[in-house]
Amino acid sequence: MRPLLELRNVTKCFGGLVAVNNVDLQIEPGRIASVIGPNGAGKTTIFNTITGIYRPDAGTIRFDGQNIAGKRPDQITAAGMCRTFQNIRLFHNMTVLENVLVGAHTQTPSTLWGAMLRTRSFQLAEERARQEAIRLLRYVGLPAGLGDQLAKNLPYGQQRRIEIARALAANPKLILLDEPTAGMNPQETEAAIRLFRRLRDELGVTVVLIEHDMKVVMGISEYVTVIDYGQKIAEGTTAEVRKNQRVIEAYLGRSATSAQGPVGEGS
Amino acid sequence: MSVARHSQLSPLQRLLQGTPGLWIVLAVAAGASYGFVQSPRSLPVRLLLIFSLLLIYFMPQKGWVKLLYGGGMLLIVLPYLGLFNPFLMELGFQIAAFATLAIGLNIVVGFAGLLDLGYVAFFAVGAYLWAFFGSQQLWHTDEAPGTFTIFATFPFPAWWFWIFLGVGVVGAAFTGVLLGFPVLRLRGDYLAIVTLGFGEVIRVMANNLDKPINLTNGPQGITPIQRPPIPSFFTSPEILEQLGQLAGRPVGLNDLYGFFFYFMAVAILVLAIFLALRLDNSKLGRAWTAIREDDVAAVAMGVPLRRTKLAAFAIGASFSGAMGVLYAANRTFVSPETFSLTVSISILVMVILGGLGSIAGVVLGAAIVTMLNIDILQTLSLQLSSLRQGSGTIPLLGIPWASLPTQLDPARYQRLFFGLLLIVMMIFRPEGIIPSQRRRLELHEEPAQEPPAAQIEGEIEPDHKLES
Repeated sequence: MRPLLELRNVTKCFGGLVAVNNVDLQIEPGRIASVIGPNGAGKTTIFNTITGIYRPDAGTIRFDGQNIAGKRPDQITAAGMCRTFQNIRLFHNMTVLENVLVGAHTQTPSTLWGAMLRTRSFQLAEERARQEAIRLLRYVGLPAGLGDQLAKNLPYGQQRRIEIARALAANPKLILLDEPTAGMNPQETEAAIRLFRRLRDELGVTVVLIEHDMKVVMGISEYVTVIDYGQKIAEGTTAEVRKNQRVIEAYLGRSATSAQGPVGEGS
Repeated sequence: MSVARHSQLSPLQRLLQGTPGLWIVLAVAAGASYGFVQSPRSLPVRLLLIFSLLLIYFMPQKGWVKLLYGGGMLLIVLPYLGLFNPFLMELGFQIAAFATLAIGLNIVVGFAGLLDLGYVAFFAVGAYLWAFFGSQQLWHTDEAPGTFTIFATFPFPAWWFWIFLGVGVVGAAFTGVLLGFPVLRLRGDYLAIVTLGFGEVIRVMANNLDKPINLTNGPQGITPIQRPPIPSFFTSPEILEQLGQLAGRPVGLNDLYGFFFYFMAVAILVLAIFLALRLDNSKLGRAWTAIREDDVAAVAMGVPLRRTKLAAFAIGASFSGAMGVLYAANRTFVSPETFSLTVSISILVMVILGGLGSIAGVVLGAAIVTMLNIDILQTLSLQLSSLRQGSGTIPLLGIPWASLPTQLDPARYQRLFFGLLLIVMMIFRPEGIIPSQRRRLELHEEPAQEPPAAQIEGEIEPDHKLES
């Protein structure tokens, strides 16, 4: 099958530091894939390069048949790829519903003149966007009636979910989740995993996760890519990656390799 | 939701509820008007008039009731009172003019979070556009300032003012985009410094463009600038006579222009408020708020940063362009002095004082700052100097007024008052007098069964079918 997202020889440097070094990555449509690696391995930099926040120094990134390397983040979002952030970046002083409506920016066809003149099509577009936003908030499991709360006033777990709803509002083919379960307790993590599955199963969205929590990675991923020092050191199914020597070294250190440990349950 | 809304009423609003409230507001407005007719020059009465407008804004009544009251005050009562003291119309014009500027700046600073310290530049662009084409400057471009005579005719007829109202909007918006391009990548302090520089560049250009081609007539400024023609119906002797009888004094063309500019400024202000409200409540408005809150997240959500910022600069500037044209016609004179950095700062003070991002707030801020600037302090100074002429002594101190040094003249302490006002505001009410209320959106759904706080965090279960 042709991959939905394909990175070829992507390199990103910051001064002398090569944060992402010659990485190839293929994500097939309809997959739930993970990118894992120790702290500082360059996972988030890869995400930022894919979504256009950074411009790759070398290599090509193809998404859905077009080259997106060097495009602006908003163009890439419009092409059908949306993301969440490691440290939740909601618009704090906007309401929950407005947050999701900003996510729907590329999907709302209203114009400046429409807004000034309050044309029929403007009203229709706004109303449709609002209904869709409410539906998405319900879908990610936000209790009803929270839509007009300021985003900053909600608890952490709900903010995570609003961020996912906001990304979904852009109607993405591919959603990139940067450590979506960070800081969650086991029940919350459990619930989050169920949500990610439903994104793929019910909405048909391809999901790519960056994760630290091995329980999440092993529980949900169908394909895992391991990054260390900016390089891809392994990829494959969870079972394959689990047995890979280099992965074990990267996670546990060289000395531990003799002591045959699978990639630990939660690192 | 409606319960929550009721409990949000302030004590003042609770007092103004229902039919008694209607009467209270009416009584305050009528009292102020009566007071004005009795003593047209009294400062407290002017303040009471402004206060009654504020009461109308705060009335917890239905929209159309407030519109009726406010419209009645602004369009009928105030102009009528203006017959007794033309200064009221001048005051109204200035407040409306600066309120429009403050609303424009509020789009840039309050909505989009782009600190602009050179906003007065756009006002200058509008003003100089009409100053150049509405005066005889076009005939004097090859003459040095002060060397030419004033002719009896103008290159363009006065009614072109109406066209230039539109030209001013477009010109200022274009200048806004021109400023926007180089500052797209800047934020915070850097943005503030560059915009400050831009404002100064425009002013210095106005100061120096008297050579090699005399476009602005330099520091001397351009005068006379044409005022738009008033329909001859109003200028007929009968009408003037009738107005004079109402006022109890002769009414002339200048009085008519006072009314004209007041109505024009109020019309532009209302249009500006209307557009600002609609824009805030649209996709573009949300995009502005989003880039103010977190521009990285905003672009990641598909908001085009460049276009959104440029739109903020252009739309914010266009309001002040229109007002610039009107201002030039009102003064019949423009000079670079009118567009100094202090004016930019004043407008910013209006926005911050009233409430960043709040349209009602910035209008009130504009009213307060303008009143302080041209009315309150001046009136106090006048009273003090008249006391100094007399032979009375200061109560309690026993010193004669006459020996009070002129350095204590309140009008000299304008900046001090602004400074103090801002400091006090920042300490006690940093969000402004009327803070912006993030829109409460009707959710079109049943309120939550239990209070949201009781929801167990992290629970995603199970009855969330796709409902479309």
